This record gives sequence, structure tokens and C-alpha cells, in this order.
Amino acid sequence: MTSNKKMFGILVPIISVLLGLIAGAIIMLSSGHNPIKGYAALWNGAFGDSYTLGETIRRTTPLILTGLAVAFAFKTGLFNIGAEGQVIVGWLAAVWVGLVIDAPMIIHLPLAVLAGIIAGGIWGFLPGLLKAKIGVHEVIVTIMMNYIALYSTNEIIRSVLTDQKTTSETIPQTASLASAWLQSLTFYSRLHYGILIALLAAFIMWFIIERTTYGYELKAVGFNQHASNYSGMNVSKNIILSMVIAGAFAGLAGAMEGLGTYGNISVMSGYTNLGFDGIAVALLGSNNAFGVVLAAILFGALKEGAGEMPTAAGVPTELVDIIIALIIFFVASSYMIRWAILRFKKEEN
Amino acid sequence: MEYAIEMLNIRKEFPGIVANDNITIQLKKGEIHALLGENGAGKSTLMNVLFGLYQPEKGNIRVKGKNVKITNPNIANDLGIGMVHQHFMLVEPFTVTQNIVLGKEPTNKYGKIDITKARKEIQELSDRYGLKVDPDSKISDISVGMQQRVEILKTLYRGAEVLIFDEPTAVLTPQEISELMEIMRSLIKEGKSIILITHKLKEIMEVCDRCTVIRKGKGIGTVNVSETNAIELASLMVGREVNFKTEKKVAQPRNNVLEIKNLYVKDNRKVDLVKGLDLDVKAGEIVGIAGVDGNGQSELIEAITGLAKTSSGSIKINKKEISNLSPRKITESGIGHIPQDRHKYGLVLDYSVGENIVLQTYYKKPYSKAKVLNYKEVFRKAEKIVEEYDVRTPSVYTKARALSGGNQQKAIIGREVDRSPDLLIAAQPTRGLDVGAIEFIHKKLIEERDKGRAILLISFELDEIMNVSDRIAVMFDGKIVATLKPEETNEQELGLLMAGSRVKAGGVNNDF
Repeated sequence: MTSNKKMFGILVPIISVLLGLIAGAIIMLSSGHNPIKGYAALWNGAFGDSYTLGETIRRTTPLILTGLAVAFAFKTGLFNIGAEGQVIVGWLAAVWVGLVIDAPMIIHLPLAVLAGIIAGGIWGFLPGLLKAKIGVHEVIVTIMMNYIALYSTNEIIRSVLTDQKTTSETIPQTASLASAWLQSLTFYSRLHYGILIALLAAFIMWFIIERTTYGYELKAVGFNQHASNYSGMNVSKNIILSMVIAGAFAGLAGAMEGLGTYGNISVMSGYTNLGFDGIAVALLGSNNAFGVVLAAILFGALKEGAGEMPTAAGVPTELVDIIIALIIFFVASSYMIRWAILRFKKEEN
Repeated sequence: MEYAIEMLNIRKEFPGIVANDNITIQLKKGEIHALLGENGAGKSTLMNVLFGLYQPEKGNIRVKGKNVKITNPNIANDLGIGMVHQHFMLVEPFTVTQNIVLGKEPTNKYGKIDITKARKEIQELSDRYGLKVDPDSKISDISVGMQQRVEILKTLYRGAEVLIFDEPTAVLTPQEISELMEIMRSLIKEGKSIILITHKLKEIMEVCDRCTVIRKGKGIGTVNVSETNAIELASLMVGREVNFKTEKKVAQPRNNVLEIKNLYVKDNRKVDLVKGLDLDVKAGEIVGIAGVDGNGQSELIEAITGLAKTSSGSIKINKKEISNLSPRKITESGIGHIPQDRHKYGLVLDYSVGENIVLQTYYKKPYSKAKVLNYKEVFRKAEKIVEEYDVRTPSVYTKARALSGGNQQKAIIGREVDRSPDLLIAAQPTRGLDVGAIEFIHKKLIEERDKGRAILLISFELDEIMNVSDRIAVMFDGKIVATLKPEETNEQELGLLMAGSRVKAGGVNNDF
């Protein structure tokens, strides 16, 4: 029973990815492109040399964190659509602390990272509180919180961080995650230390969920609130805690962008999509910390590799979005894949 | 002799297990035929074979002497076989008529549903079988017993000749049960045949003509009910001698453990459901609360265990006030609670058996230290409880969902009793369980009593109350209306008290 479930947990995402790629190949063929050339370009664009490899890892970093943000809340039965807004406020808070505080790196950098975590946490706390105390659905609230985050951040950049400019100043070295060593290793990509933080975060999520009494309570509340209440757990507290930790992960993703990749924050005309991609990453990664890391690597590679496709194979970059969408479609309709697997097994017998 | 249905030498395998092994059941026309077996014996599988949901590996099915192949439920329906499910399949906001015609709506020549015609037909059917169903009531407005009659009408409307009742009395009150028995008799009079799936021996003795017993997937045989008795049937079902009368010594009650004074509890619609209730339970005794469902029993338990707030009055455990404390504080003050609804409250079904065993203690040593769980200790404890309480599970790592109802219940009881609470609240602890499990649970409750624990038993089964309690408190309309000794009363008196009649000295007064 359980081994069957585990097998599905691994097989379904893999088969979905393969089906997505096959469907992508068919689309390329039918629009007059050579799929082998297209995928070769995609591969080269993602892993072809040390620079693209560095950029792929750089892209993967925030996706791991937003994936964790969605997956963590999901373990408590909550759907965190608000990772997007949590990323934005985390980004803003980290850069802000990076700009206004003057301290040696050993204090400054952790403080800036912490600011991102706290901001994201607060952005998760509010929907958690509303859900726990008065039963407002977290999906509605987090969607609204995304808009609040986007537009107030833009306003703060224009009126507080700068004087009606669209981009803040660059943070000083003492708050930066950038690494000259990693950059030189990867032919001056924007690879930064954030990947280590993201991997550590994945480990922390695994540890909290699988090994602590907090995780035991969070999951119990996700499975059955009545039984959790019966056994003396504080259901409201767990709902809020889950959203705060989820928000903290997403806020951390924003901090990675602010302190690592860009070193500043700019007025945004729309969402970063990091948070929304996190939903897809969590889904593909079966809401499991290790799965989220793998799914984030895949999405990071697809998105990075897509840049190479128009020049090397004449395939538009949008194709990658189609492939990603198809992969998600196949995961979401995993029922079909399950059915096919069972059917195969039956015929073997 | 013509048989309405014959299932001959049916064998159905699932990967790893044989669910039905060479089972034969022959239903005569115009009889009520019981299908008796413990939970998990293979009753449902056999009926699913009859309904075409499963294909048997061996054996054949005959309807009125002709071999048939049933590959889906529609074929079963066409052959005149109808099922009254245990869990009703009704659309709540629809009327009785709308529910009954659903999927088989009569239409006029323009394709519009002819509800008047349907209504008339249903009224006729209802009158003919004495069902007393109002075709225009909404499902959400009628009682559970009425809803079941709607299910019966559904099968009759579809032209069923053979009706299968799946554990029909599990959800009914004693009065509704005797009414259902009447209905079954009148169905037989009108030429229908009935298969009654059950593990309640009393019902079989009362209403059935013959009884086919299956045990662990094997057909044990068919007996004439008039030539047997409940004890013989029980031993056929479980494969060993069964003790009905629970053996127990005279209770030695000591100090009060639970004291409730003038308690008021409102339900979620802000209506008082417990209205000035007084009750105490002493160490070393079992107090049984008898009452018809809905007289405030659930609210009483929820108030004691902290799941509901009290509006006034006091609840004391060992002289300490506990009303309106958090559930955890109450649990820690010495209460064990076997909840009425084991799926909703008792278990996290998606957790393993082991994780469920520590549901009340996971935050304590040795199961966790500094908030880090020690799964080795958790599963070691679970192994012990599984062994001690005879929980049949493939392993302690199996999800609780995969266990049968009886084994889920034993796991809960193991968890609650093992903490040695001063007061153990058992709410319908044997609901839906088979004889073997019931016997085990009753024995455990009495064992705990003899160890000096106070036990509060709430049950809708009068047999259980009479058998296990040392003192019976009858609950009606939110109050305890009488306290009696089981040896000084009988089911009739209790039944009247439960219905609201007042007791006068030496007897029952009906003028209420």
C-alpha cells in the first residue's frame, strides 16, 4: 500500500516531465522546427558551459524557496497563493536593511536576510490569522495580499528608497550574497551564495515536517482538524504557524533576489512570477522538500535554457512556457498516469 | 424449489488475499435471508460481485434459475436486484420524489419531467408497503429512519424484486428498528425477497428465515433460523465460543471522580441542549447513560472533554474544576476519551497506526525530546499496544485508514486506556463492531473498572447499557431523569423513561 504510493509519488512526476517534453517536440515538429535541434539548444542554454550552469543554479535558488513556501503550507492543508507577494516584501525588506544599515558583513548580511524572512513571515501571518480566527479562505486573502505587496512596494521604492526613481541604489558589499569566487568559477555569471541557503532551507523544511512535534501537529491539522482539536492541539496556532513559516521561505526567496542576483530593487510593472512558479514547483515536487529541489532545478534549467532556443534553433522561448504548462497539466491529471501504470501492471500479471 | 437468486461457489481474489472462497448463498423467493459475518469477513465483496462491481474468478450466479453474467450495476438493476445502502445516497435539498426518480425520470411527450405522475406512483408504493413517506418532504427535513425508507422506495420504484439491506439498523433508534422489521415483513408479504447483511444476531433471530454464515472469506453454511439460537450463530460467525453475558464482579464504588452540577451547554445554534444536568461517577464503577440520540449526550461529552464550552454549571474531576479548560489541560487532568465518531475525532486516518497511538502523548518523553520526535520510541510503544489490545494490522507503519473499524477502535481504546486516566469516557465504543470485538471491548472496560477507574459509558444500544453498567442514568431532554440499577429494571422501563415518561415510586407513569 505505502510502497505503491511512494512509487506513484516518484513515477508520476517523471512520466509527466517526459510527456511534457514529448508534447513539446510534437509542437515543434508541427510548427516546422527541428525538435532535436530545439532540445539541444535548450540543453546547451542550461548546462552548455560554466556560465549557463551558474545562471541555471542562480535561477533555481528562489524557485526552491518559493516551492518550499507553497509545499509547507500545503502540508497543513493550506493553499498559499501568496508566495508571490511574500517574495516581493521579502525582497524589499532585505534591500532596505541592506541600504540603511551600516555594519560589518558578519552582522549586516544576516540582518538583511532576516529582514526578508520576517517580512515574508508577516505577509503569511495575516492570511493565517484571518483563516484561523474568522475562517476567511486563505486563497482569497493571499491573492489580495499579492496586490498590496506589489503596489505598496513600488510606492516605497519611488517615494522612500529613491526620489521618484525606478531603481534603488545598489546595496553595499557588507550586505551582498554575491561571491567573486563563485562568479569567477562560472565565467562571471550571477551565481551567489543563496543556493546554499536554499538547500539549507529545504533541509530545515524536511526536518520540521518529518522529525519534530511541530511537523507532527502541522500535518495532523492538515489531515484532520477535529482529531487534532480532540488530542489537544491548538488548531488556530498551527494554521498561523504554517502560514508564517511558508511566508518566511518565500520572503527568503525575495532576499536572495535582492541581496544576491540584483543587489537592488526596481519598480515592478507586474509580478515576478517566482511565487506562482513556486506553486508549480511544489506540485511537481509532490510537496516534499527533496522533490521541490529537483523540480526547481528542472524549472530553473528550462527557463534558463529557453534563452538559447531562438538563436540556436529558431524556436521561440514561449515554447518552454508551453512545455512547463503541459508538465503541470500531466501532474495535475496524474489520475490518468496512475490508471495507465496500473493497467500495465495488470497486463504483466 | 425456485430460488430468486443463487450465488454458487463464488471465489473472488485480490492481490494477496482471497476475499471470497467458495461461498454459496441461495435466496428463496419470499424469504428474508441473513448474510452474517464479522467485519472484513467478505460480505461486502460478495454483494459487490452480485452487483457486477467485481467479477468472480470462479462460480456462477443464477437469477430465477437462469445463469446470468452481471458485469455492471445496471444489469443487476435490470434483473430486479436493488440495494439499500448503509450510507444513504440522497440529495439533501431535493424532495423525496425528486430523489426517487433521479436517473429514471418519467417524462411527458415533450421531454419535460412529469413529477405529478412520479409523485402519484411513489405515494401508491408507499401506501402499499406501509412506508408512510411523504413524497413532498425535503430530505434534509426528515429523520434518518425516513431517509432509509426513501432508499427502500428508490429500489421499489426501479422494480426491484430482491432487496439487499446493508447493515440497515446501524443508524436507527430502537423504535425505528422495530418499524423497519415491520416494513421488511410487509415487503415479503408482497412477494419480494430480502438479503439482510448484518452482524446483529438479535435482528436475525427476530426477522429472518434462514441465515448464511461466512467467516474469513469462507462459506461456513446456511442454517434455518427457527432451528438455531443466537449463541450458536455467534460461534459459527467467529469460530469459537462467545460469551454474551459479560462476566463481572459486583462493583466496589469509592470516591467521586467526576462530579457535574447544574450543567448547561448550548449547541452551535445557541440552543440549550444540556439543561441543568447533575451526574457523578465514582472510582470503580461504570455509569451507563441511556437515551435516544439527540437528547444532549454528545454535548455533554464535548463539554466534559473541552471540545465545547459550557454556559453555566460545574464539572469537577477529583474535586478540581475543569469546565472550559482547553482539551489538553482536561486530558492531562486525568480523562481518557473514546470518541463517538472514530473517523472524525478518534484518528488521523492518514497517519500510521503508530503515529495515532501517540496522538495524546507525542509531546511528552520519551516520544519526543526538545520538540524532536523519537520515532523509534513511538513505534515501540505502538507495537506494545497493538500486541496488548489485539489490533490486527499488517504493521504499525500501516495507515490507520487501512484498518477495519474494529481494529481502529481497538487502537483508540488501547491509546486511551494505556494512559491510565482516572475517568474513561466511552461514547458508543462498540458502534458498528462485530461480536468478537464487542466482547473484547466490554471486557476491557470492566477490567479498567476493577482497577479502580471511573467509567462513563454512553450508548444507544440498550443491551450494552444493561450488560456493562453498574448504574444506569437515563438522559432525556438534556437532563438525567432517572438513575437505576440494571438488575432492578428492564428494557421496557428504560425505553419509556428514554421517551420522557416519569417514574413514580415502584413503576412507570405514562401520563407524561
